Amino acid sequence: MRGKRDSERMPGIRLYFHYIGIHLRSIMQYKASFLMTAVGQFLVSFCVFWELYFMFRRFHEVKGFTYSQVLLCFSVMLLEFSLAEMFARGFDSFSGMVREGTFDRVLVRPRSAVLQVLGSRFELTRIGRILQALVLFVYGVRESGVEWTPARVLTVIFMLLGGTALFCGLFLIYAALCFFTLEGLEFMNVFTDGAREFGKYPLSVYGKRLLQFATCIVPYALVQYYPLLYLLGRVKAPGYIFLPLLAVLFLVPSYLLWRLGVRKYQSSGS
Amino acid sequence: MKKYFSFFRLRFVMGLQYRAAAWAGVVTQFVWGVMEILMFRAFYEADPQAFPMSMEATASYIWMQQAFLAFFMVWFMENEIFDAIRSGNVAYELCRPIRIYHMWFARSLANRTSRAVLRCFPILGIAVFLPRPYGLCAPPGWRVFLLYLVSMALGLLVVAAFCMLIYGLTFFTVSPDGLRILFSSAVDFFAGAVIPIPFFPGKLRALMELLPFAAMQNVPLRVYSGDLAGEAAARAIGLQVFWLAVLAAAGEWLFWLGERKALIQGG
Repeated sequence: MRGKRDSERMPGIRLYFHYIGIHLRSIMQYKASFLMTAVGQFLVSFCVFWELYFMFRRFHEVKGFTYSQVLLCFSVMLLEFSLAEMFARGFDSFSGMVREGTFDRVLVRPRSAVLQVLGSRFELTRIGRILQALVLFVYGVRESGVEWTPARVLTVIFMLLGGTALFCGLFLIYAALCFFTLEGLEFMNVFTDGAREFGKYPLSVYGKRLLQFATCIVPYALVQYYPLLYLLGRVKAPGYIFLPLLAVLFLVPSYLLWRLGVRKYQSSGS
Repeated sequence: MKKYFSFFRLRFVMGLQYRAAAWAGVVTQFVWGVMEILMFRAFYEADPQAFPMSMEATASYIWMQQAFLAFFMVWFMENEIFDAIRSGNVAYELCRPIRIYHMWFARSLANRTSRAVLRCFPILGIAVFLPRPYGLCAPPGWRVFLLYLVSMALGLLVVAAFCMLIYGLTFFTVSPDGLRILFSSAVDFFAGAVIPIPFFPGKLRALMELLPFAAMQNVPLRVYSGDLAGEAAARAIGLQVFWLAVLAAAGEWLFWLGERKALIQGG
């Protein structure tokens, strides 16, 4: 298989975009639905934003964080999540692939299984979400009142990198668990959608124990709370700049679990 | 009427079979409830005076909401129905000597009820024993509790009637994705699914309380804790009845149109 044939193959990333192109064309067959998806997407961000806004009009601050500071936290977290969702939400429908046995087809093709699963589904909503996340991110960064130094810009970039990797890892774990059980996976939503929902506030808001969990078990705090403290100038140690990169390591156990699952996979269906 | 009732029973018993999934749901909902309460606690500590409900009432609101999530969440819709419309299998349903609106209505109620029955007891059971003011409080009296049951049933019917509108619209758009996103985000906001309606500022709050979305979870969950009582509660429940009638009438009309227009695909 190697050698000459290899060079004729589409590179992985192009294949991925090729998959997406196919999905886009199929989505555009339903025009009315597409239009409503676009409006609906706008409303989603709009609603979450207004909820935050109204809570702060009433309370002004929470655990020492003001509206603009929470807004920065929320917008960074949303962008992290949306980026990960953009790339890795294809794992979401993976349970169906295992149940129906269509994962067999993936395994017999000479391309990476992860890549094919990622390209197996694509909702336009993801593009909408990433756009709204970008708009909110720009707004959040401007409103935050942070004095931007090169170190702080670098921190935000690392936060985005680490956070995206962390959420990708969680989506990958979700898919890997499908190899072991197809029931009860709803629980993983707490770690993905729940993190997006509750991650809009700095994690210290939820108390010390949750912060410990989010530092040691699933490292949300590494991409959210600690670097935020650095951005807001509450801690000065430069080590905080690089903390978010540690979260990338979360991909290692996630991938190992996936590999274990693939090895254990026994086909079902017909 | 009898055939719809037996259809309800059939679906209900079927829904009760998914027990492992229910346990996962219980754990998810419980964690979700704890997180929400921690969040509201932080705001409460920031400024107790600015809190529009008591902490007890807020906690009860959250626990009841999590326990009966399947009753109140509009986004919990049935893929089978959407698939039937998209694939053309709806033709089989149209052949039967039944009103499709009534049958799907019965089916929605059954699915929601069976899900709620499987999930509510463990959540309520634990929430009762949580320390005050973070646990589920007892209602102020048995009359309030009765009123709560009535209002919750009405809320469930309003939610189901609203979902029927979305199913009905799918006859025209064929793909449900856009409709689902459009409605579920807006409804969550206006129904008080994330933040209870009393937390919104005065004028917006007054407007929101009149909308059909407030007739879903807002009324029963606030009646339970006594936050909504007396004349205000009576008016809110009256509004629930009003919206139920309006939504059901609109749904029947939409289905009447849709069945005329339905394009059966596939063969």
